[in-house]
Amino acid sequence: MTRIILSLVLTLVTLGARAELVIEITQGVDNPTAIAVSPFAWQGGGTAPEDIAQVVQGDLARSGQFAPVDRRDMLGRPSTEKEVFYRDWRAISAEYLLIGRVSGTEQMRIEYELFDVNRQAKVFDGTETGPASEARMLAHRVSDKIYEKLTGIPGAFATRLLYVSVTRNPTGKDYYRLTLADSDGARPIVLLESREPILAPSWSPDGSEIAYVSFETTRPAIFRQNLATGQREQLTNFKGLNSSPAWSPDGKTMAMVLSKDGSPDLYLMDLASKRLTRITRHYAIDTEPTWMPDGKSLLFTSDRGGRPQIYRYDLRSGTTERVTYEGAYNARARVAQDGRNVVVVHQSNGRFHIAIYDLVTNRMQVLTSTELDESPSIAPNGSMVLYATKSGDRGILAAVSVDGGVKFRLPAREGDVREPAWSPYMSR
Amino acid sequence: MKHINVAGKALTLLFTAAFLVACSSSDTKEADDAAAAAAAAAAAAEEADRAARAEAERQARVLQDAVDAVGNVFYFEFDSSNLTADAQRMVDAHIALLSTNDKTVRLEGHTDERGTREYNMALGERRANSVRDYMVANGIASYRIETVSYGEEQPVAYGSGESNWSQNRRVELK
Repeated sequence: MTRIILSLVLTLVTLGARAELVIEITQGVDNPTAIAVSPFAWQGGGTAPEDIAQVVQGDLARSGQFAPVDRRDMLGRPSTEKEVFYRDWRAISAEYLLIGRVSGTEQMRIEYELFDVNRQAKVFDGTETGPASEARMLAHRVSDKIYEKLTGIPGAFATRLLYVSVTRNPTGKDYYRLTLADSDGARPIVLLESREPILAPSWSPDGSEIAYVSFETTRPAIFRQNLATGQREQLTNFKGLNSSPAWSPDGKTMAMVLSKDGSPDLYLMDLASKRLTRITRHYAIDTEPTWMPDGKSLLFTSDRGGRPQIYRYDLRSGTTERVTYEGAYNARARVAQDGRNVVVVHQSNGRFHIAIYDLVTNRMQVLTSTELDESPSIAPNGSMVLYATKSGDRGILAAVSVDGGVKFRLPAREGDVREPAWSPYMSR
Repeated sequence: MKHINVAGKALTLLFTAAFLVACSSSDTKEADDAAAAAAAAAAAAEEADRAARAEAERQARVLQDAVDAVGNVFYFEFDSSNLTADAQRMVDAHIALLSTNDKTVRLEGHTDERGTREYNMALGERRANSVRDYMVANGIASYRIETVSYGEEQPVAYGSGESNWSQNRRVELK
């Protein structure tokens, strides 16, 4: 096996408007919580480097569970507790009020306080500190805390997304780009640009590394890439398929699909020794492995029963059992951290939708109503599913909450976007 | 090779003629006659050789024309990797040409946009393998054939609907 280690200099190309995602909220919950996010007071010199309150407000709105109050409707702009007059906020029907102060041009410090307008009481306060260059990430951490306080579920705003964008070139080969962005689509960075396909991006469990399939050698090969150093390593170069890299929860093993021995089967690669173990052996297609959070079994897609369905391989016993029966086509499973909710691509009436399958109740619920939906990726807090779909002839990203109640779209300003991969919680 | 056989036979004939002439006579005239006969025979051999080469070229051209007529893209039914009768006839033309040379080929399998990307990657490989297996069964050495699947990543027709999808479910021979 060829093992090429490329020390690739990460070209931190900021894309400008090109592959940047735009967020359009299409559906929220019926009675979203009205929250006012008063502009945070900047206590440094000059102008504030980032509108922290705006980032927080955008996060809360995007969750679909909050209806942020328009700034123009605010009767005051408090930034300290003694400036808070509850009647001003009751007058505009705000249920909660968030205020804050920001300081530090190098090391940034954000202090924030949350008030319950009806109870007229402070319910929560906190501080976030970090490099000012990461101001938006600090703001997302504030959002995470507020979201958790008010919904009981940890937020997943301080996370990142990987996606592939394609610019068509009618006179030659298309341009493929693997892009890393914040969970709100901001700060896109191109990690890899190629004239050959890029697909199946996936995250290491600590969010420090990614793996993907690139055809840059004119054949598919699996690569891993460190996000901090840019160091890149080609892990496979086998005849046939080299696809679907999936990191084990302990980060030591990568599941993948190879067809070097005949038909596509699942293999495990020990990342330290690069030793391969074949775990399925069937003449049918076995592909799209994904790990259960406990690392003891994998879900995968197989058409061994005639049509693609989800199967489960138990690592200890080496046995395989079929998981899904409902519908003619269920594929590319991704499991929530609870080990219970599984999102899949589900075909019904000839259309491909995103569905959620409950491993405990065996219930399948279709979440989307668009067609040609694919590549579901679940947020680390299990609340939202990001997926790829089509709008007209264009590939766009969209998101839906696991209960189907909240929906938003993330089209790129230009080109097609696909293959989203939501990061795990990032180690700080 | 046909033209080499013809040339070989002509050459044998030429030597036989020269030997017979040399045996039957000892005077100069007869020797001159023998040389003339040898030259005539050599010219005939060259002519036969040229004709044979032209015939081989003509046949190669016929095979190439047949390949050009069918093209290098073979289409498949939805979710199927079986060669259709049409596709088989097309591949046959390529097999006929490949049987006369030692070129290598690359078979690129593709699918339409329906279904998941990685499952389609596997389906594209199945299609490429299906063409490869048919070629191997018909005498093309497997080491001359490389297969690669692009799944749904490189459509020819970008829109949705069967008219576009049917153009994308294909194997391209390169």
